[in-house]
Amino acid sequence: MSGRGMSAAAQREARASLAQSFLARFEGLKARLPGDARAREAAALAFGERGLPGPRDEAWKYTNLRALAGMAFHEPFTVVAGCNGLLDRLPAIAAPRLVFVDGRLRQDLSRLPGTMRVSGFAQTPDFGTLVHPEREPLAALNTMLAQDGAMISVAEGVDAGTLVLASLAADVHGRPVAFHPRHRVRLARGARLTLIEISLGEGVYLHNPVSEVLVGQGAVLTHVRLQDEAPGAFHLATLYADIAARGTYDGFALNIGARIARTEIHARLGGENAVAHLNGAQLLGGTQHADFTSVVSHEAPSCTSRQTIKNVLSGKSRGVFQGRIEVARGAQKTDGYQMNQALLLSADAEIDSKPELEIYADDVKCSHGATVGALDADQIFYLRSRGVPEPEARALLVRAFLAEALDPIADETARTCLDEAVERWWERQAA
Amino acid sequence: MPAVAETLDTVQSVTQSAYKWGFETNVEMEFAPKGLNEDIIRLISDKKGEPDWLLEWRLKAFAAWQTMQEPHWAKVGYPRIDYQDLHYYAAPKRRAGPQRLEDVDPELLRMYEKLGIPLKERAILAGVEGAGLPGPIEGRADVAVDAVFDSVSVATTFRETLARAGVIFCPISEAVREHPELVRQYLGSVVPPADNFYAALNSAVFTDGSFVFIPRGVRCPMELSTYFRINARNTGQFERTLIVAEAGSAVSYLEGCTAPQRDENQLHAAVVELVALDDASIKYSTVQNWYPGDAEGRGGIYNFVTKRGACRGARSKISWTQVETGSAITWKYPSCVLQGEGSIGEFYSVAVTTNRQQADTGTKMIHIGANTRSTIVSKGISAGRSNNTYRGLVRVLPQARGARNHTQCDSLLIGEECGAHTVPYIESRNPTARVEHEATTSKIAEDHLFYCRQRGLSEEDAVNLIVNGFCKEVLKELPMEFAVEAQKLLAVSLEGSVG
Repeated sequence: MSGRGMSAAAQREARASLAQSFLARFEGLKARLPGDARAREAAALAFGERGLPGPRDEAWKYTNLRALAGMAFHEPFTVVAGCNGLLDRLPAIAAPRLVFVDGRLRQDLSRLPGTMRVSGFAQTPDFGTLVHPEREPLAALNTMLAQDGAMISVAEGVDAGTLVLASLAADVHGRPVAFHPRHRVRLARGARLTLIEISLGEGVYLHNPVSEVLVGQGAVLTHVRLQDEAPGAFHLATLYADIAARGTYDGFALNIGARIARTEIHARLGGENAVAHLNGAQLLGGTQHADFTSVVSHEAPSCTSRQTIKNVLSGKSRGVFQGRIEVARGAQKTDGYQMNQALLLSADAEIDSKPELEIYADDVKCSHGATVGALDADQIFYLRSRGVPEPEARALLVRAFLAEALDPIADETARTCLDEAVERWWERQAA
Repeated sequence: MPAVAETLDTVQSVTQSAYKWGFETNVEMEFAPKGLNEDIIRLISDKKGEPDWLLEWRLKAFAAWQTMQEPHWAKVGYPRIDYQDLHYYAAPKRRAGPQRLEDVDPELLRMYEKLGIPLKERAILAGVEGAGLPGPIEGRADVAVDAVFDSVSVATTFRETLARAGVIFCPISEAVREHPELVRQYLGSVVPPADNFYAALNSAVFTDGSFVFIPRGVRCPMELSTYFRINARNTGQFERTLIVAEAGSAVSYLEGCTAPQRDENQLHAAVVELVALDDASIKYSTVQNWYPGDAEGRGGIYNFVTKRGACRGARSKISWTQVETGSAITWKYPSCVLQGEGSIGEFYSVAVTTNRQQADTGTKMIHIGANTRSTIVSKGISAGRSNNTYRGLVRVLPQARGARNHTQCDSLLIGEECGAHTVPYIESRNPTARVEHEATTSKIAEDHLFYCRQRGLSEEDAVNLIVNGFCKEVLKELPMEFAVEAQKLLAVSLEGSVG
């Protein structure tokens, strides 16, 4: 997978030069950055050693960051006005919301909730315990340069309702910026929350969020993410979740925006009967690239994990799915399932899929499946024979494929919000 | 769960059962000094009386190898190999033409006996003068054997029957002398000398192997078979096999191995190349039962093999079938490059690991031509403290209109201390291609066991029945001779698995 029009050596050099500029920024800013300075130094050391991941890193085999490496990113200005246009694009949800502009929490645009404790990372910095900067280079970059983020906690037994977490990139002066928000969501025993995370923006930027999610015993977090970043944007999100006994992390990620997007999830099922759902859909066109990478670690007995990821790829787009189910010794009665489906709508689209099982316990039920193909000719024929013109027949079948992908979302508000995003994607395809 | 406890017992008894084929033959050996450098390569080339082009080819491979890194991406662990601490050439010392079978080194004969080679065939293998046989031999009426005794093919039987059909089946060193144009045309055309670390090493130092050429339109009159044995202490075995099937021809090739018991780990880095032209078909079957090491994982063969077939012609077909029960470490991915329109690739595999064995095996199916099809069926069985990984790639290139792949990977775990892993890579760049992958991991179902036990089967028979059923899709692909051997091997490998 050597670069298109760029030699491996030139790519390596470009990555090194961008990494160097991030390290230089850290040196310049570090006296003023909030939180544990030692954690940042350690992350900077790790990032300095690893740099940005290249095609030889197995975890990044299918996602080449050469387009990112060719960029120079600036520090975002503190935006005080002028993002009303973006605000209007946020779905009209009556729930409380936290709005970040270029990675900084904007209290004036937010509606703070009463059912949970919320603060900014800038005020109450906490790097948490789940993130692995020594393993994931982008988490190292985030730990090194994070300035703000959402710190959310729901108390024991509280049903906190819905919260919207919006990240807007404002493109104030038309210059590329990079921001690295650090979020933490903590649900105490028996708590419930529906978190709808939306990323939008304009211009060229790098949005590199890292989230730490702790789901307490019997708690339920529904986490729906809509990534509709600007066409020139890079969205590289890493999430670490730890789910205690009988807890549920119910995640769904819809990727329709960005030039290069990566949704990376590390979920650890640490207590008996914990549940993780890591579902998603990626709708891509043009030269977009989106990568859904997940690692589910079953570390306790009788846990369940479910993943269904669907890709619809048109134009010259490229979809990537890498999913690993790990079952530790002693994690008996594990039930793991993973399904990856891709619909290739054009001759130049590409899907790369790598569903992995790594199993060290014998009394388990684990399976995965992957299918790749075009629309079924028989189904198109069926519709045409009943008088539906071919373009409409195709659209109908793609819609059916997508509807199935969105089916796992039970929360109505979230479902409406994603349905609307899918409609926007259709309009863009038609245009 | 009583079955689990019993299963553990059985696995333990497997652990304690001795390696059935662990015998070692002491024959005088001719060694090259330890280590690898250009001089050793020149020596090997010289010993074999090779032409200059082949020596050049070897040296180029060696130069490439020196710049390469040993791969570590496989899910296997082993102490560092000192490639300079190995002998790269060993040949059995042959007395010139023994007159009678009685004159042949008795050690060698005993070895053939243990391998189950019929008496008359042994004479030919041992090079007894005047023992050439025009007709079939009792017992193995239609199998031709090219026994690779350590590094030099000792003899080849059935030459005449084959020659009448126009089939060439001989040691590759002989082919270099007798059919240089063919060897030169195809050698390294499927696995280039610098393909990977082990292939480059093999290209530099390969000492022998088999060469098969099936001319246009010929259906090979018999199954071709090679026995591999690794026999000398501290020698790596670097076999090179090349099979070419011309348009409209067909051949079935059997490769089977057992190895003597020993303490030191042994390196084996073979290369197998297959070329199938228009409408040709090659079936390559392997039963691999090299010494897996003792219960603690000491000793045992390191098996780093590169096997690849090129379906160059339209409607050609290459089918790999393997039953892997031996070796301490298996690193093996028999692959098909499906170039010809409508060509077919198949991979059927059973891999059994027990004790501390590590297997990382699978296949690659590269779809290049239109309407190419591939089927992958992989069955992994892990017991003891072993690790068994399926690693496979299905790649569909943009020109491969209408390509089709179906992959099925199933793993069976026996005991709580083993691991089963599945690592498929699926890459599709053509919208009309259909690729499907399924994988499951489970243990032997209690209700299946119960059902069998209820009908009066002992627990061991029940497990055997279930394991055989689990592997059936693969075993039925084996040629008759091998199917019997393979079933026995499975039973022996899982011997005492229960009760």
